[in-house]
Amino acid sequence: MKFGVVVFPGSNCDHDAYHVVSKVIGQPVDFIWHQATSLEGYDAVILPGGFSYGDYLRAGAIARFSPIMQAVKSFAAAGGLVLGICNGFQILCESGLLPGALLPNRTMKFVCQFVHVRVEATDTPFTHLYERGQILSLPIAHGEGNYYCDPETLNRLRRENRILLRYCDERGRVTDRANPNGSLDNIAGICNRQRNVFGLMPHPERAAEEVLGSTDGRVLFHSMAMALAELAQD
Amino acid sequence: MRAKIYVVLKASVLDPQGKTIHQAVQTLGYRGIEDIRQGKYFEIALSDSLTRDEAQTMLDKLAREVLSNPVIEEYRVELEETS
Repeated sequence: MKFGVVVFPGSNCDHDAYHVVSKVIGQPVDFIWHQATSLEGYDAVILPGGFSYGDYLRAGAIARFSPIMQAVKSFAAAGGLVLGICNGFQILCESGLLPGALLPNRTMKFVCQFVHVRVEATDTPFTHLYERGQILSLPIAHGEGNYYCDPETLNRLRRENRILLRYCDERGRVTDRANPNGSLDNIAGICNRQRNVFGLMPHPERAAEEVLGSTDGRVLFHSMAMALAELAQD
Repeated sequence: MRAKIYVVLKASVLDPQGKTIHQAVQTLGYRGIEDIRQGKYFEIALSDSLTRDEAQTMLDKLAREVLSNPVIEEYRVELEETS
């Protein structure tokens, strides 16, 4: 089993993701430069947070044209696990691997704080070790995290149970007050139809060790590792 | 030839920047301004070797695939001859 962390010019959470995979959950992992054109030999790929290409034009808009993204598309189509965190989520939306877009926060401010999110679906390789309805404490740090899609897409996401995380308060109530950026339907993370591509604005890699104030994010990486181990046994 | 490409958020998408500017403008006492939407503007210099039709087709593709995100934005291309 091998993880890859894609490095774009301007990625800044690549080392955090690498650290969690290698040191916290103890799995083999490589950095993959964005100019690479193949993901041969990898089982899971992480698009990390940061400011790829300085967020020029739109967050994720230029990274989408990096050579590696063609490989990520084929990798996803072949069933490989793709996790996009923060800027990685924005890149997944820009490249069409996930529907919708991430607009500037409704407050127009960069928001950097711990938030609560509720796990809405556990039938994915990313969330199967969580309980449905479980409330997680995860940090967010973004200026463009305001999830938007048209009403038809939103209906489809709901119908297909593809909203995996929603912003909530400490008791799990999904309210407008608990919505840090104005996201439609308090959406914090969604997956694709095949459930092997997951994008989320919160940073699970920054909440994977006691010393960081929360270990709720660690479970996500364990889920991925376990899903891959089970696949390998079949 | 030169081209101008305007990219704006769709009417159905909330534009918090435009809203904030509108509020400030009202505070300043400007009257009769109903709404402000903020967008992006690109000035593009084109090679003389392109025909008008070629330029139009290429710029439409460029605006659709790169300069705008069709999920949230729409664009307008204006081509002008340089004298």
